[in-house]
Amino acid sequence: MLRVENIYKSFGNFLAVSGAQLTVGRGELVAVIGPNGAGKTTLFNLITGQLKPDRGKVVFKEEDITRLSTHLICRKGIARSFQIANVFPRMTVFGNVQVSVLSQQRQSNSLFRPASTMAVKETEEILESVGLIAKAYELAGSLSHGDQRILEIAIALGNEPELLILDEPTAGMSPEETRITMDLVRRLAETKGLTILFCEHDMDVVFNVAQSIMVMHHGRTIVQGAPDEVRRNEQVQEAYLGDEDA
Amino acid sequence: MVKPGSSLRSFWICAAILVVLLFLPPVIPRFYTYILASIFVTSLLAMSLNMVVGYGGMFQFHHAAFYGVGAYTFGLLLTKTHLPMLVAFIAGPIAAALAGLLIGWFCVRLIKLYFAMLQISLGSLLWAIAFRWYSLTGGDDGMHGIPTPSFLFSSTHAYYFILIVFSACLFLMYLILKSPFGMTLQAIRDNPDRCEAVGVNVRRHQLIGIIIATFFAGVAGVLFVVLEHSVFPDLLFWILSLEIFIMCLLGGWFTFIGPVIGAAIMVSLRTFVGIYTQYWTLILGVLLIFLIFFLPEGIMGFISAKFSSKPGEGIERAVE
Repeated sequence: MLRVENIYKSFGNFLAVSGAQLTVGRGELVAVIGPNGAGKTTLFNLITGQLKPDRGKVVFKEEDITRLSTHLICRKGIARSFQIANVFPRMTVFGNVQVSVLSQQRQSNSLFRPASTMAVKETEEILESVGLIAKAYELAGSLSHGDQRILEIAIALGNEPELLILDEPTAGMSPEETRITMDLVRRLAETKGLTILFCEHDMDVVFNVAQSIMVMHHGRTIVQGAPDEVRRNEQVQEAYLGDEDA
Repeated sequence: MVKPGSSLRSFWICAAILVVLLFLPPVIPRFYTYILASIFVTSLLAMSLNMVVGYGGMFQFHHAAFYGVGAYTFGLLLTKTHLPMLVAFIAGPIAAALAGLLIGWFCVRLIKLYFAMLQISLGSLLWAIAFRWYSLTGGDDGMHGIPTPSFLFSSTHAYYFILIVFSACLFLMYLILKSPFGMTLQAIRDNPDRCEAVGVNVRRHQLIGIIIATFFAGVAGVLFVVLEHSVFPDLLFWILSLEIFIMCLLGGWFTFIGPVIGAAIMVSLRTFVGIYTQYWTLILGVLLIFLIFFLPEGIMGFISAKFSSKPGEGIERAVE
């Protein structure tokens, strides 16, 4: 469904991503792992168009989306969450999700209809499915960090994506919150048939959930394969698994 | 989300205020009708600014330029052509919106302070044209005794005309800010990057916001001419832009009605304190210092926060 072919991106003299490869099949739950600074977030930004690669290609559903701008990539069916909580703080939780549902329905430019009557059912369904419905009318900026991260996912769901990209969905979360979030991710993959690509620090989380794992190191792809295969790979052990502090 | 009861209540409050305003002219002195009309015109300008700054989060620092464009277009068409009043009336705001499109097209490519700087310089260009093109605009003298239609000559009629157009514009702005468009505009203000990632064409959305706001600024410009029968380059000068900025600050950025309060305060200060001293801005300055320390959300922001049960909800209600 998604193919990243030999992609490069440098910032000044620093090669953030140098020759990364990634394949995501329809319905798969794919994880990208790698030590800090391995280029995981940059890779995601390259896929969703926040950054443009120096070289290489991003192919989604057999279509080259490398040079498309961010909002057009989103409309192709790729939605994402961000590593740092990235919500609309002055709006309600409900409004946060509603904005993305309205965008999905191509209603963002509708000028004279009251927004309060639009996309209500869809928005409520999403909030229900992620467990934020009780907080629907609180200001997004006043939510706890964990809830803001969940809201992030809910906003992404508003776009009815085929591919959902989550950039470290559990960053900064307590073990309990991490468990809840990963359960949610797994449930979304199962019930909605979503294809999910995420990156993660926590090794246990990754090996429990992911069906395919891509390991990055210094901006390069070391290997992509099933969890067992990755665990046995010598290079991976050297680069990442052996070094518990990473 | 406003509770159903409270939106009905605000509707009745608005209706009551409108009725009072309709019956005021016969009972109050002519001078006060003039001041009120002047407040309406200034309020409309300040609210159109608030649409881009408070709701849109764009640093439109030279908004008065479009007010001037509306006023000059209306004035020039009435003076130099024999077009019907209606055509001139519509042409004013459209010219302002076109200027908004032209300037905004460049500005939305930049952010924050860079947006502001470009906007000030391009807006000042419009001022320079009005100031220098003597043969057309009358230069620094401007144009006086603009022949507005006879039915608007009496100040009472002008008052009613301005009140009706002002109310209609307020209603339209309210609809727009509550619409998906307005909601998305506020989302862009809060977080443009996130908005782009949910599939919103941020630049185009901001540009449309600027065009709408400059259109309303143009309406305010036309109403100014209806009230004063004259135009002069000060209408496009950056000092006026600063003044309407302060009005929004006084009233409250994130509230719909705030700029009206701010405009009322500024116009009254200038009129009534201005009688005693030309340094009325001194009082304004002191007022602003107190405001920044004690009511950082502006007067309306403070009121709506006070009358809502939960902290923060007041702001939210205003944003909605």
